[in-house]
Amino acid sequence: MSIEFLVASAIGVLTMAGIYLCLRGRTFPVVLGLVMLSYAINLFLFAIGRLIVNRPPLYEKDLVEYTDPLPQALVLTAIVISFGMTALAVVLALRNFLETGTDQVDGILEADPPRPDPKARS
Amino acid sequence: MMDALIAAPLLLPAFAGTASLLFWLRYRWIGAIISIASMMGLIALAIVLMAQAASGGAIAYALGDWPAPFGIVLVLDRLSALMLLLTALLGFAVAVHAALTGLDRKGWHFHPLLQFQLLGINGAFLTGDLFNLFVFFEVLLIASYGLMLHGQGAQRLSAGIQYVIVNLLGSTLFLIALGLLYGVTGTLNMADMAVRAGALPEGDQGLLRAGGLLLAVVFALKAALLPLHLWLPRTYAATAPAVATLFAIMTKVGAYAIIRTMPLIFGDAAGTFLLPSALGTMLLGFFGLLAARGLADMAAFGLIGSTATLLTAIALFDGHAMAAALYYLPHTTLTAALLFLTVDLIIRWRGVEGGAIVPTPHYKGQGWLGFQFLAAAVALVGLPPLSGFVGKLLILQAAIPSAYMVAIWAFVLGTSLLGLIGLARAGSTLFWKEDANPAIAADRPAPRALEALPAAFLLILLAALTAGAGPATAYMEATSAQVFDATGYVRSVLGPEQGGAGR
Repeated sequence: MSIEFLVASAIGVLTMAGIYLCLRGRTFPVVLGLVMLSYAINLFLFAIGRLIVNRPPLYEKDLVEYTDPLPQALVLTAIVISFGMTALAVVLALRNFLETGTDQVDGILEADPPRPDPKARS
Repeated sequence: MMDALIAAPLLLPAFAGTASLLFWLRYRWIGAIISIASMMGLIALAIVLMAQAASGGAIAYALGDWPAPFGIVLVLDRLSALMLLLTALLGFAVAVHAALTGLDRKGWHFHPLLQFQLLGINGAFLTGDLFNLFVFFEVLLIASYGLMLHGQGAQRLSAGIQYVIVNLLGSTLFLIALGLLYGVTGTLNMADMAVRAGALPEGDQGLLRAGGLLLAVVFALKAALLPLHLWLPRTYAATAPAVATLFAIMTKVGAYAIIRTMPLIFGDAAGTFLLPSALGTMLLGFFGLLAARGLADMAAFGLIGSTATLLTAIALFDGHAMAAALYYLPHTTLTAALLFLTVDLIIRWRGVEGGAIVPTPHYKGQGWLGFQFLAAAVALVGLPPLSGFVGKLLILQAAIPSAYMVAIWAFVLGTSLLGLIGLARAGSTLFWKEDANPAIAADRPAPRALEALPAAFLLILLAALTAGAGPATAYMEATSAQVFDATGYVRSVLGPEQGGAGR
C-alpha cells in the first residue's frame, strides 16, 4: 500500500468520525468530534505540501528534492489554536452542564436528565 | 515611516488590552479609561490612514521586512481604511456605553477582551495573507467567546456553547479551504494567489473553485447567510445587548472577506450561490423581526435582514452595485448597533419587564427612548430622511441591469414593508400603549441621561452619513473601482513587475 493511500484513508476515517460525533446531541461527543476533525485537518494540512519521504525540509542549492516546510509551520499553528479552542469548549461544556443541569447541546432537558448534585459543585 | 503606521491599528489595542489587564481588580476605572483612550486613538489612526488611502493606490507594509510572497504583508486600501474607521467608531461607542452602564463591572476583563476583539477585527481588515486572515479570525473569535459570555447566566452559557461549536466547525472548514488553495497554487499571499490562479492548468481549476467556494461558505457562516444563519439570533439575543452592538461589525467581517477575496482571486462565480441565499436570508430576517417576541430577538433578526440586503448588492459583483453595497455597509452596521444600544437602554430604564415587547406604565426617559427607537427603525427599514433610504435606493438602482432585477426589487421592497410593520407594531406597543398598573410604576430605577450618549453618538454618525451622502458615495465609487482592480492590488503588493518568481 502506498503512503498516499494510507494518509488519505486516515484523513477520511478521522473526518467521518468527526462529522458523525459533531452531529450528536450531547456536548461531550461533540467536543470529541471537534478533536477528531482537527486531527484530520492537521494531517490534511501536513499532506498539502505533497508527501515526500526522507528529504530535508530546507532548501539548499545542490538539493534536487526537499519537503515543503510551510505546511509544517501551518500545522503547528493549527495545532496550537485547535488545542486552545478544545480546552475552551471543554470548560464551557462543563460550566454549561453544572449551570443548566443538562449536557444537551440545545440546553433542553431530556426525559431522564442527569442532574448534578448541587453540593458537589464546589 | 508612514507605511509603518499601517501596523499601528494592531499594536495599539494589543498594548491597551494588556495595560488594562493590569488594573483588573481594584482600579478598574483606570482600565476603562485606557480602553476608551485606545478607542479614541484608533479613531484618529483610522482617519489618518483613510486620508492616506484616499490619496493613492493600495499600500503594502511587509512585516519584519520579508518580501511579499514569502513574508506576511499588511495591505491598506480604501476598503480596509473604511472598515477600520467603522470598527473604531463602533468600538468607541461600546466602550463608553459599557463604562457608563456598568456592564464592565458585571464580570471579569471586559475591557481587555474588547481590545483584543478589536485587534482581531483590525487584523482581519488589514492582512494580505490568507492564513494570517485565519489567525486573526481566531483572535477575534476567542475574544468574542469571552465577551459573549460576559455577565454569564444559564441561557447565555447554552447559547455560548453553540456559538463556540459552530465557529470551531467554521474554522475547520476554513483550514480545509486554505489547504486546498495552498496545495493548488503553492502560496497563501492573496495577491500572489491571484496571479497564480489565473495561470493554473485546466485540471487544477476545479480544485481552485472548490477551495474558493469553501472559503465563501466560511465567510457566509460569519455573515449569517441562509442555511448558516441559525447560530446568530440565539447568540445575539442571549448576550448582553451592548456586546451584541459590537458584534454588529462581526457579520460585516464576513462580508468584507467576501468582497476582498472573491473578485481578486476567484472572479464572480460565487455570485450564483450568494445571491439566492442572500435574498432568502433577507426574507427570513425580516419575517423573524415580525415574529419576534423579545426586543433582543427583534434586533438580531433586523441585523440578519439588513446584512442580507448588503450581501445581495455584493453578490451582483458589479462596480455600481458594489459602490451601493459599500455605502450601505457603514449604514447597516451603525443602524444595527443603534438598535442594540436602544434595546439595552429600554431594558435598563424600564427596569421590570426586561426585553419583552409589552406595554408598560409611563417611565422617565420614555420620550427620548421612543425617539431613539423611531430613528433606529426608520434607518433599518430604509425610510427617508436617514441614510437607509439612500442606501436602498442605490442598491435598487444598481440592480436594474441585472438579470435578477425583478427578484431583487421585490425582495428589498417587500422585506422593507415587513420590517416596517414589525417595528411599528413593536414601537407602538412599547411607547404608545400604557399599562395603567401603578404598583409596578413605583419601583422603577431613575434613568441617567448620560447613558444615552453613545446611542446619540451613533445617531449623529448616521445623520452625518446621510448629510454627507455625496462625498461618501464618491469615496465608495472609487473604493469599488479599487476592489475590482485586481492588477493594481497585485502590483502594489508584489512590486511593479508583478513579482512571484515561484517557490
